[in-house]
Amino acid sequence: MSYRLPRAASAPARATMPPLGLDGLDPAFSRVVEAAGRGWHVLDNGQQLADRGIEPVGTILCVHGNPTWSYLWRKLVSGATDAAMNAGTDAAMDAAAPGSAGAWRVIAVDQLDMGFSERTAQRRTLAQRVRDLGDLTDALALDGPVVTLGHDWGGVVSLGWAVDHPDLLAGVMLLNTAIHQPEQYPIPAPLRLALQKSVLGAATVTTPAFLETTLAIAHPRLPRVVADGYRAPYRTADRRGGIGGFVADIPVGVDKSGVAHESIAELDRIAEGIRSIGVPALMLWGPRDPIFSDRYLDDLAERMPHADVHRFEGAGHLVAEDADYVHPVLSWLADLRAAEPATDGSPADDASTPAPAPDGRAAAASAPDYRPLWRHLDALRDSDDLALVEMVPPTGDAPRLVSWKLLSRRVRELAAGLTLLGVQKGDRVSLLVPPGADLTAVLYACVRIGAIVVVADAGLGLRGLTRAVRGARPDHLIGALPGLSAARALGWPGKRISTTRLPEVTRRLLGVHCALADVIALGRGVDGAGEELPEEPAATDTAAVLFTSGSTGPAKGVVYTHGQLAAVTAALSDQYGVGVGTGLVAGFAPFALLGPALGARSATPDMNVTSPKTLTAASVAAAVAAVDATVVFLSPAAIANVVATAGELTADDRRGLAGVQTFLSAGAPVSESLLTSAAELMPNASAHTPYGMTEGLLMADISLDGIRDALGSLRSLRSVGEGAAAGGVCVGRPTATTRIRISPLDDDGRSTATPVDVAGVTGEIVVSAPHVEDHYDRLWITDRASRRGTDATERWHRTGDVGHLDDSGRLWVEGRLPHVITTADGVVTPVAPEQRIERVAGVGRAAVVGVGPRGVQQVVAIVETTAGTRRPGLAAPSLAAAVRASIALPIAAVLVVPRLPTDVRHNSKIDRSRLSAWAGGVLSGERMVAP
Amino acid sequence: MRVLVTGASGLLGRHVAREVQAAGHEVRTFQRRPSGLADGRHAAAGIEDSLGSLTEPGDVARAMDGMDAVVHLAAKVSLAGASEEFERVNVDGTRTMLAAAQSAGASRFVQVSSPSVAHSGRSIVGDGALPADPFRARGDYARTKAGAEMLALAADAPGFSVVAVRPHLVWGPGDTQLVGRIVERARAGRLPLLGHGAALIDTTYIDNAASAIAAALERANEVRGRAYVITNGEPRPVAELLGGICAAAGVPAPAWRVPAAVARAAGSAIEAAWRVRPGADEPPMTRFLAEQLSTAHWFDQRAVRDDLLWRPAVSLDEGFRRLAAHYRAHPLR
Repeated sequence: MSYRLPRAASAPARATMPPLGLDGLDPAFSRVVEAAGRGWHVLDNGQQLADRGIEPVGTILCVHGNPTWSYLWRKLVSGATDAAMNAGTDAAMDAAAPGSAGAWRVIAVDQLDMGFSERTAQRRTLAQRVRDLGDLTDALALDGPVVTLGHDWGGVVSLGWAVDHPDLLAGVMLLNTAIHQPEQYPIPAPLRLALQKSVLGAATVTTPAFLETTLAIAHPRLPRVVADGYRAPYRTADRRGGIGGFVADIPVGVDKSGVAHESIAELDRIAEGIRSIGVPALMLWGPRDPIFSDRYLDDLAERMPHADVHRFEGAGHLVAEDADYVHPVLSWLADLRAAEPATDGSPADDASTPAPAPDGRAAAASAPDYRPLWRHLDALRDSDDLALVEMVPPTGDAPRLVSWKLLSRRVRELAAGLTLLGVQKGDRVSLLVPPGADLTAVLYACVRIGAIVVVADAGLGLRGLTRAVRGARPDHLIGALPGLSAARALGWPGKRISTTRLPEVTRRLLGVHCALADVIALGRGVDGAGEELPEEPAATDTAAVLFTSGSTGPAKGVVYTHGQLAAVTAALSDQYGVGVGTGLVAGFAPFALLGPALGARSATPDMNVTSPKTLTAASVAAAVAAVDATVVFLSPAAIANVVATAGELTADDRRGLAGVQTFLSAGAPVSESLLTSAAELMPNASAHTPYGMTEGLLMADISLDGIRDALGSLRSLRSVGEGAAAGGVCVGRPTATTRIRISPLDDDGRSTATPVDVAGVTGEIVVSAPHVEDHYDRLWITDRASRRGTDATERWHRTGDVGHLDDSGRLWVEGRLPHVITTADGVVTPVAPEQRIERVAGVGRAAVVGVGPRGVQQVVAIVETTAGTRRPGLAAPSLAAAVRASIALPIAAVLVVPRLPTDVRHNSKIDRSRLSAWAGGVLSGERMVAP
Repeated sequence: MRVLVTGASGLLGRHVAREVQAAGHEVRTFQRRPSGLADGRHAAAGIEDSLGSLTEPGDVARAMDGMDAVVHLAAKVSLAGASEEFERVNVDGTRTMLAAAQSAGASRFVQVSSPSVAHSGRSIVGDGALPADPFRARGDYARTKAGAEMLALAADAPGFSVVAVRPHLVWGPGDTQLVGRIVERARAGRLPLLGHGAALIDTTYIDNAASAIAAALERANEVRGRAYVITNGEPRPVAELLGGICAAAGVPAPAWRVPAAVARAAGSAIEAAWRVRPGADEPPMTRFLAEQLSTAHWFDQRAVRDDLLWRPAVSLDEGFRRLAAHYRAHPLR
């Protein structure tokens, strides 16, 4: 397809230096280079390094896309230069980086016809641009190891260069780009529009529309001075020919006359070439990109499965402006250098075989006593004993009783059916099915055939769920009607399977491929003795992506291997004695699913899973009776209502509850009084509450007696004056296979030190266990930070919680890392002072937050009063005095609010970050509005 | 050392003279009126007065004769008055004092300044001592004190160590500047609270200001050329501070509120009116004062404490207790 661009696009002009005074661009880095008769403007810190006598370890070759220029990379050029200058002096520019990136030369080019490089007045195809870049690097005589970095169409050009220069190449880095247009998908609408022959010239050259649109989609909006920086080389139509040329060169398949776009061949060459370039790869992605959506990331990740991937939540196409990519790039390069000796200089070795887990942590997980999740389903396949009871099944009112025999057969039928449908090992299957027998059977069928289940709690809300499902890029989606409707309306990916048979019109409307019943029928045909099922996945294969609750930031996908999930069941079994034949009532979703893996006979009580508050005491009693339960798991929100509705219990109910031996409150901290009330309903049960998170479900445990002991030791501490690391919420001792360390905080409240095992030290809680997650899904930066400073041969996880160990080995939680207050006299953690303030007469709940710059923050107490108040404001002098007297810390101000804001998810975790920002505002004279 | 303390007829000057003398130095004070410190008891302990005017170079040279160090507090402190007068006393006076100190061979010069020299009217939330800026400083006092501090720090040289110390909102028993005004207005029912009264403001109890200035004199050679903001390091909501002072004096705390924006506008208007009608009295409200009382002012105290090896000895609450004791001994008439 050929376009004719406006005449202005064919005006030649020499390369020039950019004007002075562009925001954030140091003119010292600019130079004009001659290569193959063409003039290039490049940013290059080579001279600066040479002036300081610094020998670079390699070169980062940066290639911008359309319609930007090397200005895009200004922060990296400066940042890498600063890092190089500091490399010798111990000034680690990134506290999170254990190693130094070393000194990197950065060369950021303005492609020909773009930026301040020459206007060639010739059409430049992709193949030409790849050759142009080669000409430039030849002219620059680049010889060291080169790591490419490209964005947008610059990503393609940089990969083209990479494919052509294997001997120089040490790595590739990409920001939002695309290498292949999958045939089944249309090209993105905004580009389709720009590609209309009638529109192209006007949109790209005659007017700055294309440029302005690109600048306008930054999140948040670009500062004016930065937008002006991007506009600088494209002020007039004759400067914008390259923008139109680039758009015209987008290979859009075959045009109406049947002629393939001339750049398709080159694109295909590159797209296939990168499969075998065998160097480490990093992809930093802004998912809010209307052009290069996650689809293109998936395609790239499929071609380079070993790549480290990070998706910046909230960032878009201009990810280099929306997020800090400089520190991750330098950290990644540091890791690259650190890994060099191990790979013996040929990174191709480990790159050629896609590792199941990019960070290799799975290797440590293959415990010798790995027992697959479905072993009881296999062992009990002929047993008529009860496996699970669904108290209120989706169809019918009577409880649905499922034997091991039936469950086992159903799982095998589903497994065989899914396999026939084309679900393969490694495929991701998103489960939007409410807890119950259906979900249980589907889940075990998926894991049995090695498909990866993606489980996101509906409690995330639609937006959170959309982010989670999109980000997890499922190949298949199994859902009930609400999930399917959302999937269609919001364009969630994946081939859709419904839990129930739908009317034909609905089925077609929702794009549903078939129903579970169809899958079962399909599988029934082949399932004889189960021999036809595919080979079982290994312990190191990925089993599941579980989404965090979202109560502490955007939900993150947490990846578990089969070995790690098996270890979760082992830990539960060891800690609470749940095993074959145990009757288990699971009112807490994650544990409910594990019943069959534990060999337990489980019942899900009648409750709305997205609203645990709907669970009543009578429903619990009914579930206990149904499976003759000795173990009961509930969430704290559910417990409150169970206690509140205890009056409904009949004598029979109470007799049934008296048979419960272990009672567990899991999900969030629960008060001693609530746990006591609940325990009274189950008089023969020992009450426990575990400490854990989605990343590690059972790290520590404390019994009700243990909670009372801890409260006692708190009171005695208080009477003799408080110790530095006193107080918090005691969560008990580590479980059998868990190790807990503390990473001490520095004066700025950061957890940078190596974790220690010393009592009385406050810091970030760091955990290790066979059942800790494998890695975060496509969050390379988060993942790296979560195991910073720990032994790389073991699986450690930084929890983001702050606390300490006491002399008797108990763990105390003192708050979240971002809520640590950094005063001039040291760091302050919020939970302990909050507990003391909450004992002041007239005070309900309390939050302790910092205001002001880190390191000199003032401590502020914000309280709800038992009497209540309608307006936020300063506390009355008497209340302020009582609050101040309750703790040893100086408190700058005591504020009273009608209601403390809490997280949407649990409605229990006080949003201290928001309160801190609010208090900072009103205490500096801003309007007194509600927080 | 023999130390000249200027402006010792004021509350802070008197405290500084006593503090420096108590540290074992000989003290001479310099101001127009007797300091009240050079009577029998203090004279024996080494405090003498040298009376004169800062605007008379001869007076200054005579006072400076034989001195090793200067603590320069003398200044025109007021919320109103003619610009030229501020200029003459605060800028020219400091220039004269610096020249006299240099020619007398003194080796230390502590310039007592004000945080307002670097304050453009916005909230100050945990800032350190930013550079003095006469172009952005608000009002004649702040502007001329900024000029004076710049002159002083520019004179810093090896052998002539200059330190600038900026105590923020000094108060205490016998203070007529801040406490006196607040109590008097509250008593007359003319003290409103500006805005919601939650703006955090850090203040300096008089004894702490004096000990910090004395510490700067001792540490002048180690910290020369620098400026420090001095406070108690205990920011409190402005309503609590006013309430604490009023309670100590036994007068009603402010009970009525004026929106901050209204007070600022009113302050501007009243200031303008006072300019037309110059007199000895002060305007009841200025824009500067309105801003001071409705925006946050608190500071990073880490450098002060590390560099001057100083800590405030009297807490805010102890200060209120001492103020209350003072009012019990000297009831308002």
